Order: sequence, then C-alpha cells, then structure tokens
Amino acid sequence: MTEMTLVQAVNRGLEEAMRQDPDVLLLGEDIGVNGGVFRATEGLFKQFGADRVIDTPLSETGIVGTAIGMALYGLKPVAEIQFLDFIYPAFDQIVSELAKFRYRSGGQYPCPVTIRAPYGGGIKGGLYHSQSTEAYFCHTAGLKVAIPSTPADAKGLLLTAIHDPDPVIFLEPKRIYRSVTGEVPDGDHRVPFGRARLVREGDDVSVFAYGAMVAPATEAADALAAEGISTEIVDLRTLVPLDEEAVVASVEKTGRAVVVHEAARTCGFGAELSAILAEKAFFSLKAPIARVTGYDTPFPYALENAYLPNPEKIVHAVRATVKAA
Amino acid sequence: MLDAYRWMVVARVTDERCLSLQRQGRIGFYAPLAGQEAAQVGTALAMHAEDWFFPAYRELAVALVRGIPLRSIFDQLVGNSQDVSKGRQMPNHFGFRDKNIVVPSSPIGTQITQAVGAAMAAQRRRDPIATIAFFGDGATSSNDFHAGLNFAGVFGTPTIFLCQNNQWAISLPREKQTRSATLAEKSNAYGFPGVVLDGNDLNAVYRAVGEARARAVRGEGPTLIEAQVYRFGPHSTSDDPHRYRSDAEVAAARERDPIQRLARELAEAGVLEASADKAIWETARAEVARAFEAAEGTPTVDPLSLFDDVFETRTPQLEAQRSGFAAGAGSGGGAP
Repeated sequence: MTEMTLVQAVNRGLEEAMRQDPDVLLLGEDIGVNGGVFRATEGLFKQFGADRVIDTPLSETGIVGTAIGMALYGLKPVAEIQFLDFIYPAFDQIVSELAKFRYRSGGQYPCPVTIRAPYGGGIKGGLYHSQSTEAYFCHTAGLKVAIPSTPADAKGLLLTAIHDPDPVIFLEPKRIYRSVTGEVPDGDHRVPFGRARLVREGDDVSVFAYGAMVAPATEAADALAAEGISTEIVDLRTLVPLDEEAVVASVEKTGRAVVVHEAARTCGFGAELSAILAEKAFFSLKAPIARVTGYDTPFPYALENAYLPNPEKIVHAVRATVKAA
Repeated sequence: MLDAYRWMVVARVTDERCLSLQRQGRIGFYAPLAGQEAAQVGTALAMHAEDWFFPAYRELAVALVRGIPLRSIFDQLVGNSQDVSKGRQMPNHFGFRDKNIVVPSSPIGTQITQAVGAAMAAQRRRDPIATIAFFGDGATSSNDFHAGLNFAGVFGTPTIFLCQNNQWAISLPREKQTRSATLAEKSNAYGFPGVVLDGNDLNAVYRAVGEARARAVRGEGPTLIEAQVYRFGPHSTSDDPHRYRSDAEVAAARERDPIQRLARELAEAGVLEASADKAIWETARAEVARAFEAAEGTPTVDPLSLFDDVFETRTPQLEAQRSGFAAGAGSGGGAP
C-alpha cells in the first residue's frame, strides 16, 4: 500500500500495465516528454521510450483510429484524450468502429482499446473543459464505461480496463485528481467491472453516485446523519456493465433513492437508473426517486458552482425524499 | 496474367449476377465494382499474404484474389448462418481474419487511420509487412483521410493508400470533390510520394503497388496511389446514375473497360484464344451460379446470436435481454 493522489494512481496503473505486458502502449497529445497536461503519464516516456509513449499530432480521430488499428493487430493501446470535451472528432471512430468491431466481424476482430479522458467540472474550465457526457458512451452497445472515485479504484479499474478484451471508456474525475489521496495497493491491483462499491451503509435512503460526485454525497450524508437520517451511498464504479443487483438491493433495503451526477439531467445516466428502479424496485419504493444533476444548460464558466451538484443540493433532495413518506 | 484475367472475369460476372439478384429481392443490397477490376486485382496480386488489408465495401475482386471462396462471399451477401461475420452487416461489408482482410464499415474513410494504426503496430513488432487502405475519391474529403495520411507521414508507416478514383462519389463528380489537380498530389502536403496511374492498366497498377509495398517494408514510409478508373454502374443498388451523369460519358468510359483491354493484350500476346476466353466466362458464370445457390440454400442465422459478440462475455443486462427474447418477451423481459 502506498498513499497517493488519484492522478498518481492513474500513473501507477499505466506503469504497472506497461511493465506487465509489452503490447501495452500509450498514445495521445502531449503525453510523452511533457507527461500529459495533468501529468498522468509523467515519467513513462523516460521509462518506456518514444515507441511506447507516443506523442501524436493533434487529431482525436487520428488517435482513436490508429489505436483501433493497433488493437486489431494485437496490441493493447491506451489512448489519452486530453479532455473529454475534445473527444468528438473521434466520435465516429468510437461509436461506428471501436464499439462495433467485434460484433460486425462476428467475433473475428476484437478491439481492446482503452480510452482515458479527464471529465467533469469544478476546475473553472468553462464550456469545453468541464463536461460530463458519459451517457453518450453508455448508450452505444459495445463500449464499457468506468469512472473511479478513489485512488485505489483509479488504479484497479484502469488495470482491469487495459486487460479487458473489449473497448473501455475510462473517465477520470479531474476535479479530484489531486484533492483526494488514499492508500493504493502496490503491484497488480485489479478491481472487477460491474461491482459497485458500498461507500457507507445506511437505512433510510440510497444515494447513487460515481466519480467526483461520491465526495459531495458523502459530505451530505454526514450532515444528514446529524438530523437522524441514515444514508447509504453506492459508488457505481462502472456504468457499463452496471451492478444492477447492488442498486436494486440497496433500494429494497432503504425504500428511497437519490441519484447524483454532474451530467445534464435529460437522458443522463440517472434517467436509466431511475427507470431500472421503477421496473425492478417499484414495490419497495416509499417515495418518488429524486435526481440531483447538472442542469439542461451548457456548462457555465462563471456560474460553475451553481451548475454542479453539491452537498446542499443533495441534502435538500434527500430530505424531500424522506419527508415524502 | 491469365489468372488475373480470370479473377477480373469472375468479379464482373459476380457483379452482373448480384445486380440481378438484388432486383429479384434475393439479396438486399449490392455495391458494384464494374470498371475497377484491374485496379483491384493488380493491387491484390502485388501484395503479400502477410500484409493487412483495410477495404471499403467495393473490394470484391480483392477478396477473390486473396483466396476468399466465392461461396464465402455469397454467404455474406445473403447473410446466412455460414457467414463468418454471422449476418451482422449489409451485403458487401465482408472481411476475413484468416486472410488479413479487416471487416469494413459504411462510414467513409474510417479505415484509413486504422490501416495506419495497424502499420504502427507492425513497426513496433518489427514485422516486415505493409498495410493497405482502400477508398474512393469521395473519401479524400473525409476527416480520416487527412488524419490518416498525416499520421502516416509523421510516423513513416509502412502503409499504402490505394485510392480508386472512380470519378463519382454517389452523385458528386470528382471535380466538385476537390480543387486539387489530382488526388495523388495531396500526399505532398503530408511529406510522402503520390502516384497517379491508369487504373484500367493491370500492369501499371501491379508495378506501382509493388514498388510502394517494397518502399514500405524497406522502412521508407507510405505511398498514396490514385488509380483512375470509372464506376460503370450505380454507386449501389439504391441509386439511379441517370439522375446525375450522361449515358455518353458512361459509354466513353466503357471504351476503356479494363477487362476488354486485358483480353486484347492477352490475345495479342497469343495467350488467350477466343475459345479459351469463352470458356473462362462460362466457367465463371457456372461458379457464380453454384456459389449463390449454395448460399441461398443455407439456413439463416440463429436468432439468439443477436446477443453474441457485443462483448467477449455477455453482461448481466445482455444476458437478461437474451433470456427475455428467448421467452418471446421484449427487451424488458416479463413483468416484475
């Protein structure tokens, strides 16, 4: 175990994967000599050389398209998209190609590419350095979507992603890259996909969150405890595959559900979770499901804090849910 | 040479047969290649077995030369249970891992960056091979054409960009696609050679691709080849070329038919007599008819295979949807 930040854990995960398997290589913008704009690849260029830590021209479709070609050939590329907001030039490659290669070839061509991208708000990044658009990828069959909320999970989920036989969109909550530290197991630490993490147990309400939203949910739970409300927090870890069993079981226990994400409300992942709970836990629900999300506006610069879910908004939603029944 | 001619004839006969089968409703769609046979056969013959092919959806003759049986192609065109891609795609989108022919998609140009990525992987593994991307004149306007050629130039990849300029991107003529005098000259901007050639000339294609391949495996980088051809038929069975081009233009292009040209050359060289030529066409027709009949008589795909190959292992969600489907329910399964 070593204490480190979340971005250091990403770095340790990459280093571990590259040491384990010579087929693992990294490509992206400014990831080599510069070590990445967030320093996620710091030191790896020096350690593994220019042919395994590849600085590419400034083209996301080029990065993902060539990563796909490498994976088809048998390598395990890890592509970095500098900000999730810049991934759209590669959207065609991700949605039409990467997600569908195994299926469209009848299993002849698996395509194990991992795409890492920092996502989310809270860094004064405005419209184009803040968005949380995981739902696009969850909606596309053939992609897995992982979002860690702790340093240990950042390393463990990343190693699982890189060794997964299928493509993974790995979204890193850049807001807590450095603000959160935690103990991270040394060596080959892997966290399986599709298993949610029970952050804290509670009896009155289940709060579902992932990535950077687990921290405000926890803060809200502390405040609510002072009011006598016992909050359970479930960190989803992977949206695809989703640990539906854990989600449903939690609501069967508490009877109330609040979903938190910073993505916009309409068709956000909370809509899917709410639908699942309506289908599978309807008779356990004592109150309507509540969603605490970003608004259906573009991501604002000056009003960033107004846009983002925070402990106060979560407390408000939980109180309303508990009061409803 | 006679082998090349045979492949070209088989491709032409397949083309004619498929257009007719589509009109009869026996296959769902078809994208003909008539007029492009020499460009495809010449290219495929110049490449090596271990090279990687990234076709678009018009490269039927390439697949034949690579050793794909006609029967396998018809299995894909029909989408039956013997199709190695399990009936997942529209006709023409075939690929075969055992021959290093990557399965294409419909979006234009996406295979170009992928071919460059595979070449980068080959460089890393020090495999002395080349990768080749096939695309048309329209694709030279795509994002991935620019990104792919740029990456190839920067990394000096062993890649051949084989542009079959068939003059029409559905309804848009070549001169409205770009103001560049040639498509090949676009390679200048990326720092590697571009070659323009008559794609109806089998030998010219074979030589140019062979040279580009040799350059690639010597580590001298990529080449863009523009094979100028003409698409005799429609873009696909879904469009009517009379809306956008004249019969006179097509007739003039047919004067340069690559198959007739090669037949003339072979006859002049004394290796193709009229009777032998007739036999080649008749054999091709019989082979094509036989392959189609066998494919049409093959059972369709297993409905439950719908849920296979999304991932290596089905997620719990897919497992539940599959069970619901098997029980005759919708995607949500039964009531709770």
